[in-house]
Amino acid sequence: MWDYDGVVLAVPVTVPYVRHSTRPAQWWAGQALARLAAGSGVAHRDFDGLSVASFSLGPDTAVGLTRDFGLSPRFLDFQPMGGASGILALRRAARAVQSGDARIVACIAADGNGPYSFRRSLENFSRASQDAVYPYGAGGPNVGFALIARAFMVANNLTRSDIGRIAVSQRRNAALNPDALLRGPMTLDDYLSARPIAPPLHLLDCVMPCAGAEAFLVLPEVEARAQGLPFVRLTAAIERTNAFPDDPVMLRGGWARDASALWDRAGVAPGAVDLVQTYDDYPFISAMQFADMGFCAPAELPCFLADRDLGLTGDLPHNTSGGQLSAGQAGCAGGFLGLVEALRQLTGTAGARQVVRAKRALVSGFGMIVFDRGLASGAAILEAA
Amino acid sequence: MTDTPIPPHRSHRRTPSDPLRRTRQPLPLPGARSRAAHLLTAAAARGEFALPCCTACGRYAWPIPEICPACLGSVALATAPPGGRVLSATTAEVPADPYFRERAPWRVGLVALDCGPQAVVHLHPASDPGDAVRLTLMLDRAGQAVLHAGPIGGDMQTDPKWREMTADPATRRVLITDARHVAALPLARALANAGTAEIHLGLPEPWKPLPTRAALLAVPGARLVGLDVTSDRSVADLAADLAGRIEIVVNTADLPRPGDLLAPAAQVQARAMTEVLSLGLMRMGRAFGPALAERGADGDQGAVAWVNVLSVMALAAPPGWAGYGAAHAAALALSRSLRAELGRGGVRLVTMLTGPTEDSWFQTLDHPRVTGAALARAIIEALRRGLEEVAVGDVARDLMARLAENPKAVERELARAGRL
Repeated sequence: MWDYDGVVLAVPVTVPYVRHSTRPAQWWAGQALARLAAGSGVAHRDFDGLSVASFSLGPDTAVGLTRDFGLSPRFLDFQPMGGASGILALRRAARAVQSGDARIVACIAADGNGPYSFRRSLENFSRASQDAVYPYGAGGPNVGFALIARAFMVANNLTRSDIGRIAVSQRRNAALNPDALLRGPMTLDDYLSARPIAPPLHLLDCVMPCAGAEAFLVLPEVEARAQGLPFVRLTAAIERTNAFPDDPVMLRGGWARDASALWDRAGVAPGAVDLVQTYDDYPFISAMQFADMGFCAPAELPCFLADRDLGLTGDLPHNTSGGQLSAGQAGCAGGFLGLVEALRQLTGTAGARQVVRAKRALVSGFGMIVFDRGLASGAAILEAA
Repeated sequence: MTDTPIPPHRSHRRTPSDPLRRTRQPLPLPGARSRAAHLLTAAAARGEFALPCCTACGRYAWPIPEICPACLGSVALATAPPGGRVLSATTAEVPADPYFRERAPWRVGLVALDCGPQAVVHLHPASDPGDAVRLTLMLDRAGQAVLHAGPIGGDMQTDPKWREMTADPATRRVLITDARHVAALPLARALANAGTAEIHLGLPEPWKPLPTRAALLAVPGARLVGLDVTSDRSVADLAADLAGRIEIVVNTADLPRPGDLLAPAAQVQARAMTEVLSLGLMRMGRAFGPALAERGADGDQGAVAWVNVLSVMALAAPPGWAGYGAAHAAALALSRSLRAELGRGGVRLVTMLTGPTEDSWFQTLDHPRVTGAALARAIIEALRRGLEEVAVGDVARDLMARLAENPKAVERELARAGRL
């Protein structure tokens, strides 16, 4: 019973990001909830399921939000799992709806961001980080990912130019996304000559922390039809935590362990998707996902990145909203960004950046760098109704 | 007060201070750690290389876990081979944390340890991915244990991160509080050899003979200064002259006087020893501590260390040394407070716990004794390696090992034998 028959996603919501906000995560989550209600025509009190992802709700969890929002859900989930939070929230909400534990689940990711909040959250991101990463140069995630990036690029003969193609293509997509914080043009030379942060990572490899929220509804198809909502189907989904604990350095993510199961369940091959939304906290992590999800062998990545057109009109449209690299990383909302964008694309509501004939999308998530590697990974195949 | 002018030092050149340069302010290095991680702090403080290891299956783990990820057994520190190989490396050019930002670029590596796990390390500039490295568990400026990796057989002092975490006396200005201590002359000579810029030696009661006077004054950079640690005025006078100039204090003030608790003169003697040892340390700490802590971030020539030379009798004394043991125990307790105060400026407090030295007042105690030269060598090594707690001599090491194993047995043994 791995299928998600009869379960759909609807009402893609983005609460437009801002670089810094005096508002806390609770406010951003509330804005998202209001937009879900307005977008669905369902009163927010009639959402009987709530799934929340946030790093900065403290001292609250999802429980406190129910009082704030006047909700009485019979299904409540809290998934502060960063870049994997979207896929994880979706899988749990879908099962709750499928089993009848909830009828409509509001899935919300929201985080605030003050001028100091990102920096200060780094110190306490994990116990392993506190004990064994932060005291070594304290570059936040940049240093940890730089160590992974160098090993990954050396192992697969990838140059910064190869990786830069991903970032440049995403920035081009972002020009058509009014909600993206970084929309200015970017050339490969801009990428290559950007200030080094922790080589091989330079400034344009890094996301910009910001405040914002993303959200969607998970509900039965009959309910979506009754409300007249455009929806997409969830065909298959995987998740894996701490996939390869014995790998000395992270040259692959959890997708490498489960991708074939995903494609089997979806009944299609990687070539059959019309667009891909990867988790792009750094563009080399997107490259890793292309290989791990089976688009090419890791060693073929340099050719793959040179040959494929990742733009909106290309042969493999990728991170069509500009991704976090251009839209900004609103904490856990970064883990929802790809799902919400795929939902828009597959319901034909992506506006100027609409990919033509978008019927099937791959969305992958990745998060929670703990010590030397990202531990959480997931992916889903969505199909237009 | 001054007996001689300061002669110019030779091999190590001190950079002249530049009044236009902005002073680097002490900035706390992030110091939060899990409770378990402080097991490593203890090992690093003693200069041991020990890593978390499962007591059931023998697998090493890093970072320190609460239980073994392989077999769910319990984890304790175990001596580990200090080798590894660099898997990856980067340089934090723009660290998020202000301490590191101020000191960027900061080189970081991912190392596969020979004993199994991987670790993020402070990486020597001469080590690159693929290279074999030697690892050291050391204390950072926050006094917390960290791993450093550098070339096998390489000179670690060439790594600015290593210098930041240690207290090399080269080019620094040192105050030794008691020129009459048996280690004073060998220490002054060892410091001069190590390139120390100035060595100030405190001399209490200057009218008393000082047999080593000529030899001390022959040491390059050495001078005698009047200092009686039992006198508020004397300490304050010297601090006014020197506190802003000193980068390392070696507190050698001592007053070894035997006597059991019931001896007629015990109370008078104990009071005198307390004045020198615990209250003396308090006076010195209050007078010199703030200036040292203030200059703790001043780079290679900043204030770095305060060394307390204490008797291991601070931990356990035979009944015949009741007052002496109590005075040293009090000084050891005050050392911990002073460590916390100086630590705010990044200045390390080093405790040398020594067995009986060749001081003639230890005449009744059995040999072996710690020679002044051995103690001096141990102090220089502690500074260069950035240690925090050092047992000096076989007697001190033995007593500390016995205490760690079975403290009650030590109490009974000392009472029965009447000696260490």
